[in-house]
Amino acid sequence: MQAPVATMGVRHPRPQVAVIDIGGEVTSHCEEVLMGAYEDASTAGTKGIVLNFEGLDYMNSGGIGMLVTLLVRANRNKQKLAACGLTPHYQQIFQLTRLDEAITLHDDEAAAVAAL
Amino acid sequence: MNVHDESNWASKVERLEVSDELADAGFNIAGKRLAGAQQGFGKLWQRRYSIDLGTGITPEQLVADWKQRFPTYWPDGATFHVALTGLKPGTVSPIAIASGAPGLTVSTGILVLYMDDTSFTFMCPEGHMFAGWITFGAEEGPSGSTVADVKILIRTSDPVYEMGWPVMKRKEDIFWSATLVNLAKDHGVTGVPVEQTTSCVDRKRLWHNWTNVRHNSGMRSAWHTATTPFRAVRA
Repeated sequence: MQAPVATMGVRHPRPQVAVIDIGGEVTSHCEEVLMGAYEDASTAGTKGIVLNFEGLDYMNSGGIGMLVTLLVRANRNKQKLAACGLTPHYQQIFQLTRLDEAITLHDDEAAAVAAL
Repeated sequence: MNVHDESNWASKVERLEVSDELADAGFNIAGKRLAGAQQGFGKLWQRRYSIDLGTGITPEQLVADWKQRFPTYWPDGATFHVALTGLKPGTVSPIAIASGAPGLTVSTGILVLYMDDTSFTFMCPEGHMFAGWITFGAEEGPSGSTVADVKILIRTSDPVYEMGWPVMKRKEDIFWSATLVNLAKDHGVTGVPVEQTTSCVDRKRLWHNWTNVRHNSGMRSAWHTATTPFRAVRA
């Protein structure tokens, strides 16, 4: 069986804030690519990171676990995490798993960037 | 989006509801909220137990059977209650675990958070020993054989359980290894070792969650047991 493919792109829309564009299938198999993107996003002085899920095709429970690991790393570096671009279904998953209590959800990227 | 995706997940719930048929077993989880790793207290651990079942069964076949007969693979000393409707996303299942103290069984439970063809995930409620997720799955190993595994991402829920972690960790090792050995044996595989890996993802304890102790399933089970005669008289 082929491992799911996830894509992660990193942008810096303003100083101290990075956006990770997450696309494809987010499962535990894409830990390396997500953590690599996090490293790219965490340049000196990055205080907030937006996870933009507009390109997300699919996420399973392994993907949720991976986001928890990412959250721990961000907390350790005193960075805030925000998310945008989630469909109503995945917004509900964030609420169900109570990830939304640690990663704030926003309607769009501009709102997420502004909140950090 | 994958059209099958939504049905893989449980629907959003604020508080757990236990079906009437399991109400007695689920007294300690009815009305509780779910607790992810960030709602727990202790250090965050990622653990994996795995066993190689060879090429006689595919991951899909194995997981289908594991879902169907999940309670039968548990070792003695613990009971997993399943409603007649079986395990599916959103199912709330009470669990009873022998505490080691005479006459005391700890009552807790899980919610089935996610299910697909090769994995299924449980999430813990408030009061459970752990806050987080446990995923049961199977995948094809490098040699083409089917590898079954149990992946755990958890913190202990409160300071009392955190103090007991060294003992609980050992019990977890025994419990999940025995579960995988039972699963393998039922599929004709014996004498294969269970591999274990453990890593500490976060050494920091979440002290702001110390008040979780009010939900502690062990203490609440002890109180429930002690007050059983009085409830019987009132009834």
